[in-house]
Amino acid sequence: MTVHVDLLTARQLAASSVATISLLAPGSRYSLRVGETDRDALSQALDLALPEKIGECSRRHNTEILCLGPDEWIVLSPESDAGTIAQACAAVYDAAPHSLTDISDREVTVLIEGPKAAELMTLGCPRDLEKLPNGQGRRTVFDGVSVILWRDGPQRFRLDVWRSFASHVISLLATGCGELALE
Amino acid sequence: MLLIHCPYCDETLPEAEFAYAGEAHIVRPDNPADVSDEEWRDFLFIRNNLKGPHYERWRHIHGCGRFFNAVRNTVTDRFLTTYRAGERRPDPESLPEDGQ
Ligand SMILES: [Zn+2]
Repeated sequence: MTVHVDLLTARQLAASSVATISLLAPGSRYSLRVGETDRDALSQALDLALPEKIGECSRRHNTEILCLGPDEWIVLSPESDAGTIAQACAAVYDAAPHSLTDISDREVTVLIEGPKAAELMTLGCPRDLEKLPNGQGRRTVFDGVSVILWRDGPQRFRLDVWRSFASHVISLLATGCGELALE
Repeated sequence: MLLIHCPYCDETLPEAEFAYAGEAHIVRPDNPADVSDEEWRDFLFIRNNLKGPHYERWRHIHGCGRFFNAVRNTVTDRFLTTYRAGERRPDPESLPEDGQ
């Protein structure tokens, strides 16, 4: 069965005694690639440090920068700040060459929160979640789908999922949300 | 499931995040036009298919995205070490007997 899910409207998707699953409103997402020698220039331009260690995140107001790889970061912010971010990076481009790609439309974010949210995540996530500290994130895999997994708290997670995989991931989470509540 | 240590992420992670990418340290001829058909065939297709410690490439595809190298015992399936792409091939004598 093909399920067509509305991916633009923020709303609750499923809920049980285990967890609540919600779709978050669209936001701005940039993929930033920059070499080690020019990293500090980008941190200054954005007025927010690009974390050096894979999985670490820096935050200011509503902007989050997560390190995904040795030269790769994702920058999340409200849509209203997208222009400011692009301008700040463009202003240092000549001195600090980099790649800033708008991927806002590529992914959607699902929030999983509740008393057994961590247990629900194990349905698709092969990682040992006890080793993922609160406030950090990782690119990983969820039931075969490449995702960015954010841990906002012990029982609060976000999944950034490519939109073409979103209906699969959402339906798996919704099924698990119901089934785990029966135990 | 195998657990693999990514030398870039510095974490030991489930195999599901990784993709195997064949034998490591295969050197591409500088100028393919200069080599014979047999040499080019060997470069493309002929591999050691070792029984024992095997030097091989992996990619942390659902993670940092990087290619790196590993030594895996093909009999026990244990990883003896992993190291970043571009680093020298570790001396077999320096490796643990059969991984941790
Ligand atoms: Zn990695």
